Amino acid sequence: MTLPVGSGVASAFPSDRLRRAAESFVIPVAALVVAMLLFGVFMALIGKNPLEVYALIYKGGFASGFAWQNTLQRAAPLILTALCVALPAQAGLIIIGGEGALVLGGLTAAVVGHAAAGASPLMAQVAMVLGAMLVGGAWIGFAGGLRHFRGVNETISSLLLTYIAIALFNHFVEGPLRDPASLNKPSTQPIGDALMVGHLPGMDVHWGFVYGLLFCAVCYVLVRYTVFGFALRIVGGNVRAARLAGLRVGWLVLLSCFLGGAAAGLAGMVEVAAVHGSANASLIAGYGYAGILVSFIARHNPIAVIPVAILVGGIGASNGLLQRRLDLPDATVLVLQGIAFMVILAAETLYGRFRVFQPRELHR
Amino acid sequence: MPAKHLNATRRDIIKTLAAVGVGTALGPGLVSRAFSADIVVGVIYVGPKDDYGYNQAQAQAAAQIKKMPGVKVVEEEKVPETVDVQKTMASMIEQDGAVLLFPTSFGYFDPHMIKMAEKYPKVRFAHCGGLWKEGLPKNAGSYFGYIDECQYLNGIAAGHTTKSKKLGFVAAKPIPQVLRNINAFTLGAKSVKPDITTTVIFTGDWAMPVKEAESANSLIDQGIDVMTMHVDSPKVVVETCERRGIYVCGYHANQSALAPRAYLTGAEWNWITPYTEHVKAVMEGRPMNNFLRGGLKEGYVKPSPYGKAVSEGARKNADAVKAKMVKGDFVIFKGPLKDNTGKTVIASGTQQMQTDVVLEQMNYLVEGVVGKV
Repeated sequence: MTLPVGSGVASAFPSDRLRRAAESFVIPVAALVVAMLLFGVFMALIGKNPLEVYALIYKGGFASGFAWQNTLQRAAPLILTALCVALPAQAGLIIIGGEGALVLGGLTAAVVGHAAAGASPLMAQVAMVLGAMLVGGAWIGFAGGLRHFRGVNETISSLLLTYIAIALFNHFVEGPLRDPASLNKPSTQPIGDALMVGHLPGMDVHWGFVYGLLFCAVCYVLVRYTVFGFALRIVGGNVRAARLAGLRVGWLVLLSCFLGGAAAGLAGMVEVAAVHGSANASLIAGYGYAGILVSFIARHNPIAVIPVAILVGGIGASNGLLQRRLDLPDATVLVLQGIAFMVILAAETLYGRFRVFQPRELHR
Repeated sequence: MPAKHLNATRRDIIKTLAAVGVGTALGPGLVSRAFSADIVVGVIYVGPKDDYGYNQAQAQAAAQIKKMPGVKVVEEEKVPETVDVQKTMASMIEQDGAVLLFPTSFGYFDPHMIKMAEKYPKVRFAHCGGLWKEGLPKNAGSYFGYIDECQYLNGIAAGHTTKSKKLGFVAAKPIPQVLRNINAFTLGAKSVKPDITTTVIFTGDWAMPVKEAESANSLIDQGIDVMTMHVDSPKVVVETCERRGIYVCGYHANQSALAPRAYLTGAEWNWITPYTEHVKAVMEGRPMNNFLRGGLKEGYVKPSPYGKAVSEGARKNADAVKAKMVKGDFVIFKGPLKDNTGKTVIASGTQQMQTDVVLEQMNYLVEGVVGKV
């Protein structure tokens, strides 16, 4: 008998647990190394020195305090939007509509923030967070509901819902909720400086990064150490088995979608309250889509989402240096991300193939 | 080794300059930066530099100031209007030593550029299109051009060329800048044939190639025979007009290469004027000019050279109006002027000069435009 791959069902033997942990660390890292090599070949083919490119990626993303702040700031929204993919993935759903939850969450936060102008900043911010999470959660929860009650494929529906969300967002920002003073850049009424989410002390990184870390930690505990998380993973492993075991599959599907959407909605709130100060079209920046990449590379593990988001943020941070120093086009880092995504997906098939990572007692 | 010197790349030269810098008064702090010997100017684009449109117009000016002695230009394209652009600005300052930045997209202005200008008071920030006013940082400013003058000239060329008397306009969003162009184009055309109409389609965003193509095709199907546009990249609309056999007036940059038959003329930016002013101010140590505006007269905008299809009469008419504009005695928006719902928007006897701030708040479409704000 073998345990289902990636089921996370821990063996009783500590050394076996270590082996599994090593497997889920070594394989993605090796895949990243292969991706870097492939990218290096590509760079060499277009006449650039790969070592120089790597050195600039390191310099732009990770070599100095400035570079690290740049990287973390960019990683902040990605952590939250990645959770929008990672949480439903526990229940076996592939949700790619985080962008829609993000923009509607941001819009809600802007509206709540403006309405709560008189309240204390703390109360207003809590209301903005809750409002954004509720709306974002409901949006992705709707995709989960379509899946459970109507059998609509959640990947397609969540993607299509994104277009609807953006259309609604534009309608409200350019119509009923528009600040008349925003002439050439239609925006909602500003939430005001008092309600803005500030920066971490001594750093140019906003608190949204910490929101992301906390959300990840909570999700990790939820998924790994609670009955709810266990049930979720059983649904993800085999829906029929879950039904047979009497689990409330529909409830679990909806809730995982809701939590994922809430994370993306929170990302929208952070963008409004820490960066833009109001909701406008700049919010539609593709963070929801970038989160898909992050979650897949992290194999939908809520804790692994953090380092992966930082890596992707760092690559993004180095984009500028690559353009400015080597005259490379901006698509360069997209090529790197694309290669990394392909290689890591291909490496999925390697899990369970190396005996060194397998629990010992099973082979006795 | 003369051969090696001949082969020296820009990078080698920069390295040498940086090395020389160690021994000079520049000090070690600056040497780690890439370009320590020159004035470093950073230019940031929201889209690709070769979009035949908004970004290309900026990139053309950047390419020209690159040739000025003592100026190094660093560029970054496709930078979104998020924290990304703040980081790009900071990175150009901290990692490249930029002392003058051109963040060229409208959405970069508030809050991103303002925030960075407060953080780096010694660096100058010159923004395209924003409304700088007293109270904002003195090291920030905005430049923009009265391109409606060129759209008016576009309208004259279109008015002479059209047979169906139906013109088309593919626009992004119903915001004041765009409405002003639609109205100027229509007024220009109506000055030739008063019963001309312009049908407008708003696509909803600045770069929507598919929707732009659909809009252009649908306008052509309605019998429109001359079109212009206000979107970030006019490429798709211009190419569609060429293919469908109607005429087109360009916008932002010169698109005649895309439509050798169909291209009449175009409303182009001439950003080298404000770029030069800002770079020279830095070199000469003059304080920054925070608010730069200009039209044909000041050299901020220019019409594209006429295409083959523009008649002699049309050229004469447009050139005469252009000469008046250059002299500064032509007013586009003057009363009596009605909007397309019949309401008087400018009373008889009132003239709104280009500098009039009322024009920056335009919220109507003039009589003759088919469409709704």
